[in-house]
Amino acid sequence: MYKIIEKRELAPGIKLIKVLAPEIAKKAKAGQFVILRVDKTGERIPLTLADWDQKEGTITLVFLEVGVSTKKLGRLNKDDVILNLLGPLGNPTEVKDYGSVCVVGGGVGIAAAYPIARALKEAGNKIVSIIGARSANLLIFEDEMKEYSDEIYISTDDGTKGYKGFVSDLLKDLLVKGYKFDMVYAVGPALMMRAVADVTRPYKIKTIVSLNPIMVDGMGMCGACRVIVGGKTRFTCVDGPEFDAHEVDFTELVRRQRAFIEEEKKALEIFERGELL
Amino acid sequence: MSKRDRFKSVPMPKQPPHERIRNFNEVALGYTEEQALMEAERCLQCAEPQCVKGCPVEIDIPAFIKLLREGKFREAIMKIKEKNSLPAVCGRVCPQEDQCQKDCVLGKKGDPVQIGRLERFLADWEREHGVELPEKKPYTGKRVAVIGSGPAGLTLAGDLAKLGHEVVVFEALHEPGGVLMYGIPEFRLPKSIVQAEIEYIKKLGITIKTDTLIGRLYTIPELLNEEGFDAVFIGTGAGPPIFMGIPGENLSGIYSANEFLIRVNLMRSYLFPKWDTPIKVGDKVAVIGAGNVAMDAARCSLRLGAKEVHIVYRRSRAEMPARKEEIENAEEEGVLFDILTLPVAYYGDEKGWVRKIECIKMQLSEPDETGRRRPVPIPGSNFMMDIDTVIVAIGRRPNPLIQQTTPGLKVNEDGTIVVDENMRTSIEGVYAGGDIVTGEATVISAMGAGRKAAKSIHEYLMKRKK
Ligand SMILES: Cc1cc2nc3c(=O)[nH]c(=O)nc-3n(C[C@H](O)[C@H](O)[C@H](O)COP(=O)(O)OP(=O)(O)OC[C@H]3O[C@@H](n4cnc5c(N)ncnc54)[C@H](O)[C@@H]3O)c2cc1C
Ligand SMILES: Cc1cc2nc3c(=O)[nH]c(=O)nc-3n(C[C@H](O)[C@H](O)[C@H](O)COP(=O)(O)OP(=O)(O)OC[C@H]3O[C@@H](n4cnc5c(N)ncnc54)[C@H](O)[C@@H]3O)c2cc1C
Ligand code: SF4
Ligand code: SF4
Ligand code: FES
Repeated sequence: MYKIIEKRELAPGIKLIKVLAPEIAKKAKAGQFVILRVDKTGERIPLTLADWDQKEGTITLVFLEVGVSTKKLGRLNKDDVILNLLGPLGNPTEVKDYGSVCVVGGGVGIAAAYPIARALKEAGNKIVSIIGARSANLLIFEDEMKEYSDEIYISTDDGTKGYKGFVSDLLKDLLVKGYKFDMVYAVGPALMMRAVADVTRPYKIKTIVSLNPIMVDGMGMCGACRVIVGGKTRFTCVDGPEFDAHEVDFTELVRRQRAFIEEEKKALEIFERGELL
Repeated sequence: MSKRDRFKSVPMPKQPPHERIRNFNEVALGYTEEQALMEAERCLQCAEPQCVKGCPVEIDIPAFIKLLREGKFREAIMKIKEKNSLPAVCGRVCPQEDQCQKDCVLGKKGDPVQIGRLERFLADWEREHGVELPEKKPYTGKRVAVIGSGPAGLTLAGDLAKLGHEVVVFEALHEPGGVLMYGIPEFRLPKSIVQAEIEYIKKLGITIKTDTLIGRLYTIPELLNEEGFDAVFIGTGAGPPIFMGIPGENLSGIYSANEFLIRVNLMRSYLFPKWDTPIKVGDKVAVIGAGNVAMDAARCSLRLGAKEVHIVYRRSRAEMPARKEEIENAEEEGVLFDILTLPVAYYGDEKGWVRKIECIKMQLSEPDETGRRRPVPIPGSNFMMDIDTVIVAIGRRPNPLIQQTTPGLKVNEDGTIVVDENMRTSIEGVYAGGDIVTGEATVISAMGAGRKAAKSIHEYLMKRKK
């Protein structure tokens, strides 16, 4: 059982929780994730480590409420407990001095991009970050990202803050203006990561994305998280979650993410009617 | 009794097929006391019992049957437990026909003694009448870390605890039991029985830490050097599913058997939406492969509402690796067998959901030098099958994480861990056993390995100074 010691709503539908998990906090590295199960009947869901504190023995998770599991999690408050928590999972980000790195975060993915930006900054890189959301009120982790960015750019789909458009458009603008990056790092919705990959491809900039397929065990046993990378089937939970964006078959990733969409919708309706509690 | 035909075994009651395909309750119902006594009566109490040789852990079968016959059920189960700490499990899932019952003398002229059913009866009797704990040796001050809580790890943990060592079992999943919990379905091995067997082992004084993935949270060198363990046992079992690598295999609706069974068993998705993990099974299901895992997946599909379930297998009936009893059960329940058939491609609809399989017919070649008849494709025999769910059950590789994160650990080409005859790995103080050493095998062989490693670790610990 893992106790929640802090809870905040960062934006409508986006919540942050700090959970007491000293063993995980001690081992956590940028780019890794956990799998948790809220309660006895719960599903195992993956969430990226948005932060951790060894001294305090806590990890921080930021999540968007999209379905039953994330809504159940969102209903928990300070001092409530999460039944199961497994981690850290996945390969850590390869942190070294690349030179100049552009870190792109979309939506709730900004929180997942944050530890990566921090680690890369601490390793000596120049960090240019681009963060974006649908609308100004949904933009999270701006201050956190600023702290580790040499330059920061903001976009919103509706233009309520910063550049009007997608993060990938903003990235393209910078490249057109002559920005040179040794590496681009993108975390966010699959379609956003694909757009970023499409932007950097002609410039031949090495681009890394952190993939988010459906997972079950998270330890390489089920194959639910399989994705095609460079024509080969890879398991995201153990071979990833980070892959070369130019090699990823995003069409398939998006398709597989939607495999249970009808069931999820049905479950959510029942849940919202209060019949599952 | 004298009127009974000595060569005919007492049948075990089962749920009728038309009823059982609508529920996840256990199919085989077990002997009543009367039936158990009747079956036990058939044993000839051989002076040189062949049955014992067939049992991988060499249970003294005639002795326990004799005690059973005398109505001494408590003594009988204790006799079994001298060698086997999971009798309720083994009585249900051991491939008895290839092991203890294979060479039973009665089998020469008729049915062998139904040893597994008797073992099951005694284990179930004990669970109902209260379990007695064996004596424990005084605490030795030695600490052993066990990685994986499958039958290998659990058996070893129980044995070492009885010998007075402190044992901590690390399990990555949220429930202990390994394949017994996440793989073998409820209707063949009820989870409450696995849990009861685990409770028994826990009572011997072991700690089970779930949600702990060794290799990520702690590595083996860390367990030995920082966490204060004197020895480590690796019982991580089989993991990554093998796919065929044919076109369309990543379409939605194509599961590995592992994913399918983990969803159904560990995550209880047959209770969706009361339990949160979804599963989707269409009307027509194809299960690729014909082992125990394939039969389990096929029979789960029926229970989840599939109208037509096919086992698609590239060899012939005689080569099917599943237990005979499970093939028969599947057949009774209406599973169809497409033998000598090999999938070559999958095709999906506009949403990326699988809709068709292209298969090719196979024939068995002349026996090669090894005497095996290989299946070879018949050119031009391709055909299409309409299908909306596929479950690939063609095997699994050993779990690789420990091998990748333990410098100096010797590993075979197929990913299994190298051990000597005492289950020692290439690293001092580190032992391994079960599927991670043998590749996919059986519950009882994993237990046997755990038992052997326990003995070896005990000797090592007692010789060691510190
Ligand atoms: C390695 C990894 C790290 C992740 N990190 C975060 C994170 O830090 N914060 C966060 O909010 N989310 C993260 N996700 C996504 C998160 O796991 C899913 O949103 C969650 O499992 C949805 O569960 P649910 O029951 O609430 O919704 P469901 O009812 O399962 O799904 C609702 C909707 O979300 C989509 N969906 C389901 N699973 C996923 C998935 N794995 N990825 C994307 N969409 C999905 C479905 O298609 C559906 O439209 C991560 C996923 C992975 C694989
Ligand atoms: C569907 C199915 C049906 C079967 N039917 C039968 C049958 O009828 N009869 C029979 O005899 N055999 C059957 N088998 C085979 C049998 O279950 C296995 O041979 C046996 O369980 C192997 O035991 P084990 O202890 O080696 O490993 P497992 O039972 O596989 O347990 C290994 C455990 O280790 C955990 N683990 C792995 N890596 C780590 C790590 N890094 N850190 C922490 N924990 C870890 C896993 O989560 C798992 O719980 C079946 C197998 C399957 C899949
Ligand atoms: S453990 Fe298995 S092989 Fe041994 S006697 Fe029991 S059923 Fe037979
Ligand atoms: S071989 Fe058969 S008849 Fe003989 S002791 Fe064993 S079970 Fe009994
Ligand atoms: S989530 Fe099961 S293999 Fe990756």
